[in-house]
Amino acid sequence: MRAAVIVFPGTNREKDIAEALERASGKKAQFVWHGDSDLPDVDLIVVPGGFSYGDYLRCGAMAGNSPVMRAVKQKADAGVRVLGVCNGFQILTETGLLPGVLMRNAQLKFICKKATLTVQNSDSDFSSAYSEGQRVVFPVAHNEGNYFADDATLDRLEGEDRVVFRYADADGTVNKAGNINGSQRNIAGILNEKRNVLGMMPHPENATDPAQGGTDGLGLFKSLAEVLQ
Amino acid sequence: MKATVTITLKSGVLDPQGKAIEHALGALGFQGVNDVRQGKVIEIDLDAADPTTAEALVKDMCGKLLANPVIEDYSIEISA
Repeated sequence: MRAAVIVFPGTNREKDIAEALERASGKKAQFVWHGDSDLPDVDLIVVPGGFSYGDYLRCGAMAGNSPVMRAVKQKADAGVRVLGVCNGFQILTETGLLPGVLMRNAQLKFICKKATLTVQNSDSDFSSAYSEGQRVVFPVAHNEGNYFADDATLDRLEGEDRVVFRYADADGTVNKAGNINGSQRNIAGILNEKRNVLGMMPHPENATDPAQGGTDGLGLFKSLAEVLQ
Repeated sequence: MKATVTITLKSGVLDPQGKAIEHALGALGFQGVNDVRQGKVIEIDLDAADPTTAEALVKDMCGKLLANPVIEDYSIEISA
């Protein structure tokens, strides 16, 4: 697996992602600075979390229009796997690689805690190491994680099995009580139409070592390492 | 020329900040507040030959960066 991790001014989870990738694949990822318009020859691009460009205007809006994201879009169109976590998910929606938008949390509070999710779909390069319906715990840390799209888009996402993770209660049941940020239909992570781009708000990279309090996130990186060798 | 862009959430899109303001106004004793929506205003000083050209330029800016059409509407006002 040859992976590149994109770094914007304000990105802060790039090292967590790189360490998680190395834990799962044994290989080091390369960091790519946002001003670069050429990407190295890789088979996975990760857009990590943080506060790119200070979250000015809208989360991900500035980064979504940066030269490096135009290059990422081209790679994604060519089939390269792209993973966006937290601010990375916001950037992928602003770039147009994923539908919808991440709005301010319904409770207007920054949420920093461990969230219970269910793996809705294990039929993807990002989730094949999990079983369908598996309950996993990933940390979340966001102020704008409230997934919004119109009903037609949501129906399409569900109809095409593109919802990979949903927020759930402690028992792993998808319900209103488990919906920490008000996301439509409890959506925490979705795929693009071609299934090579995944965006998600929770942080699997911060659940890949017992010292982090859990290893549920390792499966996501192992899924990718398995497919991409 | 000066362009003022007003960006608001589309109707039907939940606006928790607007709701919080609405509740706060109620708590302060203001009566008759039916609904509050929060948006943002962007002022742009720009060079353009005439107002029509300016408006077309700002509209392009809104489509590409200033507003997110999934959840936001915008209006443009041009003044000399």
